[in-house]
Amino acid sequence: MQCQICHKNEATIHLTEIADGQRSEMHICEQCAIEQGIAVKSQIPVNELLSSLLSVQPTDEELFGIAERELVCPNCGFTLEQFRKEAVLGCPYDYKIFEKSLLPLIEKAHNGKTVHCGKVPSKVPTDTKKRIELLNMRQQLEAAVQAEDYELAAKLRDKIKNSGHSSEDTD
Amino acid sequence: MKLTDISNDVNEWFDGSGPLSDIVISSRVRLARNLVGYKFLSRCSTAEKSEILVKLKNVLMSLELGDKVSYISVDKASSLNRHFLVERHLISRHHAFGKGPRGVVIAHREFFTAMINEEDHLRIQVLKGGCQLSGCAEQINHIDDAIEQKIDYAFSPRYGYLTACPTNLGTGIRVSVMLHLPALKMTGQIEKFFRAAKAMSLAVRGLFGEGTEAAGDFYQLSNQVTLGVSEADIVSQFENAIIPEIVEYENAARKQLLSNQPELLDDKISRAMALLKGAHLISSQEALFLLSHLRMGINMHDRMGASTPAIEQLCILGAAGNDTGKAEDRSIAIINRLFMLTQPAHLQLNYGKALDPTHRDALRAKIIRSALNK
Repeated sequence: MQCQICHKNEATIHLTEIADGQRSEMHICEQCAIEQGIAVKSQIPVNELLSSLLSVQPTDEELFGIAERELVCPNCGFTLEQFRKEAVLGCPYDYKIFEKSLLPLIEKAHNGKTVHCGKVPSKVPTDTKKRIELLNMRQQLEAAVQAEDYELAAKLRDKIKNSGHSSEDTD
Repeated sequence: MKLTDISNDVNEWFDGSGPLSDIVISSRVRLARNLVGYKFLSRCSTAEKSEILVKLKNVLMSLELGDKVSYISVDKASSLNRHFLVERHLISRHHAFGKGPRGVVIAHREFFTAMINEEDHLRIQVLKGGCQLSGCAEQINHIDDAIEQKIDYAFSPRYGYLTACPTNLGTGIRVSVMLHLPALKMTGQIEKFFRAAKAMSLAVRGLFGEGTEAAGDFYQLSNQVTLGVSEADIVSQFENAIIPEIVEYENAARKQLLSNQPELLDDKISRAMALLKGAHLISSQEALFLLSHLRMGINMHDRMGASTPAIEQLCILGAAGNDTGKAEDRSIAIINRLFMLTQPAHLQLNYGKALDPTHRDALRAKIIRSALNK
């Protein structure tokens, strides 16, 4: 599209003005815009854009709190700083040591879920197994209700009742 | 086992058999596990990694996984052999080019593999042709039980199986299906598939080639959530909701092509056939892209009774054989074989030495010409 003023250059600035209910459009080149005194803000340099974006990102202190940020796992020597760099943990104990910091990430990665539901190794103590089984049944109950399968839901409800666990046991 | 024993053949899960195999090429279930009493691999010394490797290798080799179970020391394998194992989907790229002592246990016909010292101490997987996720899940569960009789896994009552990366935490399960979706791509509806996958928190990757590109319209769809959902529920969601929906999309797109744009369909198939039959230099990307159209054409004939002129020509491919069975099955077998054997590492391993890209392209074209011009 040609500039409506000089009729030479390509129109790169497109203005739409609405005044007194009347809509008017103007397509002009950058040079004519400057001559007409229309302020044209040049593009923000990429580094400026990046630094302004990064400045609003949460800091490590905000994310993890000062106390956890300085924690070092006594078993593997791992820190949260290393987790941020490598995205893998140092040892199974890290889940306990850095629990507060990891929990929001775990929640985000698993659609809000933070408690295991599913297979349990056969060597795990019976009461732990029962607790996880109960959790599985509660989730099945929720799914059955959602799917309007009330017959299955009633069966599951009775099973949960007969398992002898109270709702506080699941956490 | 020598890799050349298997490099000239198609693996079991890619042979075109199994339910819905025209669209669902294969099913895979993988479990991530770590040993109790050891750090995760990023903090293990070489000596500790070796100790884990020996321990797990001994456990795995003592399992009843059928005859001819092999172990390959990945860190000692040549670069070409490592590329081959990746192409064959026996190990991940991360495992092939990682650091330190590591290996893979492979069962006969490649239905089961176990990567030792990948991101986690142990990653076991079962692969089957077509849509057979329940079968995969059942089999991997038995193998996992058998392993657990001999070692202790790192497990927390709250978080389940503890993994190096919190994204695998809980069940440690990754359920995947490999899909062939050429009609969705051809009709400009592949975005529909991506949107459905995103809405269901699923990850999409390419099946062949590097990174996330989907060469030849082959996609791999996997679950991302592993915590707070049971293995059975994840598998059932795939089998009862996700797969039927995607298969329906692709079938509708195939029918749409057949009834509304038969010229476009025939043009794609005929051009693919002409290029493959005539080319003297062909890259692996181009070969995958063209073979994909042939695979769709034969399957449309077989499953939907499609018989356009180009599709009829395609089905002659398998008619020349003296074997018993359907011509379509033989045609698909020829195409599947070409998919697998024309990948770069397969080509070189079967040729007996490393080749530069131009020589690979020439050899690939020659193999394809000779298979299709019979």
